[in-house]
Amino acid sequence: MVENRPFLTFLTHAFLILGFLVVALPVYVAIMASTHDVSTLMSGPVPLLPGSHFIDNYSTILTSAAAAHGLPNYSHMALNSLIMALTITAGKIAISILSAFAIVYFRFPFRLLAFWIIFVTLMLPVEVRIMPTYKIVADLGMLNSWAGLTVPLIASATATFLFRQFFMTVPDELLEAARVDGAGPMKFFRDILLPLSRTNIGALCVILFIYGWVQYLWPLLVTTDPGYYTLMMGMKRMVTAQDGVIEWQLVMAGSVLAMLPPILVVVFMQRLFIRGLTETEK
Amino acid sequence: MDTKRTTFNNRLLPYLLLAPQLAITLVFFIWPAAQAVKSSFEREDPFGFSTVFVGLTHYRQLIEDPNYLDALWRTAVFAVSVTILSMMLGLAFAAAVNRVTRSARIYTTLLVWPYAVAPVVAGVLWWFLFNTSTGLLPFFLERVGIRWDHDLNGTHAMILIIIAAAWKQISYNFLFFLAGLQSVPQSLIEAAAIDGSGPVRRFFTISLPLLSPTTFFLFIINVNYTMFDTFPIVDATTGGGPAQATTTLVYKVYQDGYVGLNIGSSSAQSVLLMLIVMLLTFVQFRFVERRVQY
Repeated sequence: MVENRPFLTFLTHAFLILGFLVVALPVYVAIMASTHDVSTLMSGPVPLLPGSHFIDNYSTILTSAAAAHGLPNYSHMALNSLIMALTITAGKIAISILSAFAIVYFRFPFRLLAFWIIFVTLMLPVEVRIMPTYKIVADLGMLNSWAGLTVPLIASATATFLFRQFFMTVPDELLEAARVDGAGPMKFFRDILLPLSRTNIGALCVILFIYGWVQYLWPLLVTTDPGYYTLMMGMKRMVTAQDGVIEWQLVMAGSVLAMLPPILVVVFMQRLFIRGLTETEK
Repeated sequence: MDTKRTTFNNRLLPYLLLAPQLAITLVFFIWPAAQAVKSSFEREDPFGFSTVFVGLTHYRQLIEDPNYLDALWRTAVFAVSVTILSMMLGLAFAAAVNRVTRSARIYTTLLVWPYAVAPVVAGVLWWFLFNTSTGLLPFFLERVGIRWDHDLNGTHAMILIIIAAAWKQISYNFLFFLAGLQSVPQSLIEAAAIDGSGPVRRFFTISLPLLSPTTFFLFIINVNYTMFDTFPIVDATTGGGPAQATTTLVYKVYQDGYVGLNIGSSSAQSVLLMLIVMLLTFVQFRFVERRVQY
């Protein structure tokens, strides 16, 4: 700080603490609601102190609650979410690092065209091509399959650009030395480029894991078989009450559990997360 | 666009390396987009046996459809409100964290996690908080004379999705503003302090103008986010209602196409949305070029 202003510093802390409380309010209320029974929640505004049904509610959501809505087990949906998030993460990183390697380390006809085709994906989010993409996935027989859930999502312009940018900063001498020693392109890629990209891969993993975990519209389009439902779709089903009563204590318990994995990833890998966020979006 | 000074000279290998990415892009991005453009000019008979070329009919119908124009206007209001709300809060938090160097890390941790909350979960959380029978906020609003009811009142429903969408985006804006503030040269701040300007004045006359590239960049990103990534919030809470009051453009494409099976109109809407994303992406990348060169 340039000058010492104790009062202003005090105000700053007060503002930040207040801000945190406001930002955390919906999650705090969700946690509190998940510890009460349905009659408490129905009889007035949600209590701001924990109740005594914590174990009840969480064991119900983990065992039987989802089945009442025609959904698979909660743990089954959580596993689906995890598989989907991890596959998308691994797939995006693998195909992006290979394309970036091709674009930076080779000269070949149509190189620029390839770059632009990859760039165009930025302009075509799922949301603007819902029907035709659904149709092509249906025509390829990929509805209700892991391939349909993940493969169309693993093209990534941002990850390719990140790796391209990073490869451009790798000193040329490394390549020359590798060539002098007789290393071919794939050996150079595996033994030199890949180890150097570790931090970037880590940062991307954090961002892409969150991206995969929170996917909603795509699974909604391509899966009708409950066996493939992810947590995000389960949440939506559970708030669409069939007989008019939403069991909020269970919905909130489910929400708390569903947001836990990505939040833990962000909090414990904060440095990689910030790096990934500020470098992929340029 | 450059390569390395020295490159490998295999002929086939680069194509093999690019193949997976290009195949997915062509099959699941470019082909469907081309299909959308094609079917926006066609009308399919009710049984799907034949299609007729109808030119710009679908587009003309959209432009004359008050429902579509309403959705366009609502999306603009939604996008601008979310952007302004989340950017102002993000900037305020960033400025505050930037002042308290010693505890900056802790506060950053406390403020970044909402980014990881799925939009659908964010929607459900705020929906519960505003729920008319058990929610906390309607209870307090009632005391100041506001009868909150997002199931019947379109404005209330819109406020609900604006708050839920903005809440999720604060952490993103916060991180970018904080990075921007940390790169403001300390010498400028010190010089201004010696000349006698206080912290608030320094913020408005030095930091804020120097942040303008970040601000502009975030504006585009946030508009993009609100238009396209908030589908789950709308779908899980208001479902576009009451009486279309929260039907955004993306939600309308989904409803008309996937639910209502009106392919021609839905495709024309998709094409118009593509033009909007292209414009936003173009502006964003033009700007990035300049930011790199200062």
